[in-house]
Amino acid sequence: MSNVTVSLQVNGQPVSRTVDSRTLLVELIREHLKLTGTHVGCDTAQCGCCTVQLDGHAVKSCSMLAIQANGGQVTTIEGLATGEALHPVQQAFRDCHGLQCGYCTPGMVMATIELLKRNPKPSEPQIRAGLEGNICRCTGYENIVRSVQAAAGV
Amino acid sequence: MYSFDYHQPSTLADALALGRGEVRYLAGGQSLIQSMKLRLSSTGGLVDLAALPDMRAIQVTADAVTIGAMTTHAQVAHSAELRAALPALAELAEGIGDPMVRNRGTLGGSVANADPAACYPAALLALDATVRTDRREIAADGFFTGLYETALEPGELIVSVRFRRPVQAAYEKFKQPASRLAMVGVFVARHADGVRVGVTGAKACAFRCAPIEQALTTDFSPAAAERIELPSGDMASDMHAGAVYRAALVSALAATAVTRALAR
Repeated sequence: MSNVTVSLQVNGQPVSRTVDSRTLLVELIREHLKLTGTHVGCDTAQCGCCTVQLDGHAVKSCSMLAIQANGGQVTTIEGLATGEALHPVQQAFRDCHGLQCGYCTPGMVMATIELLKRNPKPSEPQIRAGLEGNICRCTGYENIVRSVQAAAGV
Repeated sequence: MYSFDYHQPSTLADALALGRGEVRYLAGGQSLIQSMKLRLSSTGGLVDLAALPDMRAIQVTADAVTIGAMTTHAQVAHSAELRAALPALAELAEGIGDPMVRNRGTLGGSVANADPAACYPAALLALDATVRTDRREIAADGFFTGLYETALEPGELIVSVRFRRPVQAAYEKFKQPASRLAMVGVFVARHADGVRVGVTGAKACAFRCAPIEQALTTDFSPAAAERIELPSGDMASDMHAGAVYRAALVSALAATAVTRALAR
């Protein structure tokens, strides 16, 4: 076993852990930092449940090593709300019933934030293309698209 | 994943020194990390290229576009300068994987990995690209040599790729719906001295399609591409698409690409 020391900011808090070099970013987040809002669905980069923000960009945390995020700033679903006030994208998903079981939701919210940052007023096809890397097995996507539209005000 | 030592050199010289050992270079990791997780590949050490300087630039000149090996697909897709100079390549990058994959995956990683269904290899062939490594320049025509095989020597590192700017070009792919890789992808580029057509997804590695190139050099129209019937004997065949279907897709996608190229 070969260890590495990973130092980064997670939701604004400095964090440092010495871990096996094989440790994935999602394993650091869930198992070492106990932030279990970030989910593992397929574990093969298909489903997008594990999406977090790294330095302002959405990434699949099951597809990168923790050490690759060394020195970076990670935001997980736990880092979005301000106190009791949900992030506007979280609020939109709540208002529009953009979830059923909720398993994919943290990844959907993270991907939506990236989508709206690149394109604040997306069309419906652009929303569907922007969420191409996130799979939902409950909703049929209709209410997810409406949630994104509500968050964007379109 | 099997255990490995992790290295993150900050200079090209250090990366190459490490590269002489039993290691793999790590670019964006969107293929390599997944294949290591599945234990389809393993290595004694990973040499992470993320800290190397000068590997993420996009340079546009009158006749070429040069892109650093560590440039992500998202950077290529969203570069206004590139979109103006070579829109077909920006569109290709925007169609790779999904937004999260594009934020990590790199041009150099894709080219070195030489996945038979990757998009970039088709562009390298059609745009008469030159792969610049730490030690030499390799023409795209001789770069892709087989299934996940390239002309790279052990330890050789891609620094950048230079693409020739075409008169008109477009890339058209038929996505494998689960992986979003190309079932078949066709990049058509009309240059001043003739048409080049790069195809991915249809054989063990990307290739140029001479019959369609000749037809389009004579007559750059969708019909000219569509009427070419390619032999299917050496086309890939799997649960997603048979060889005859893939052969037909090459001509059909080339025709669509010509339509889009003409519309620019």
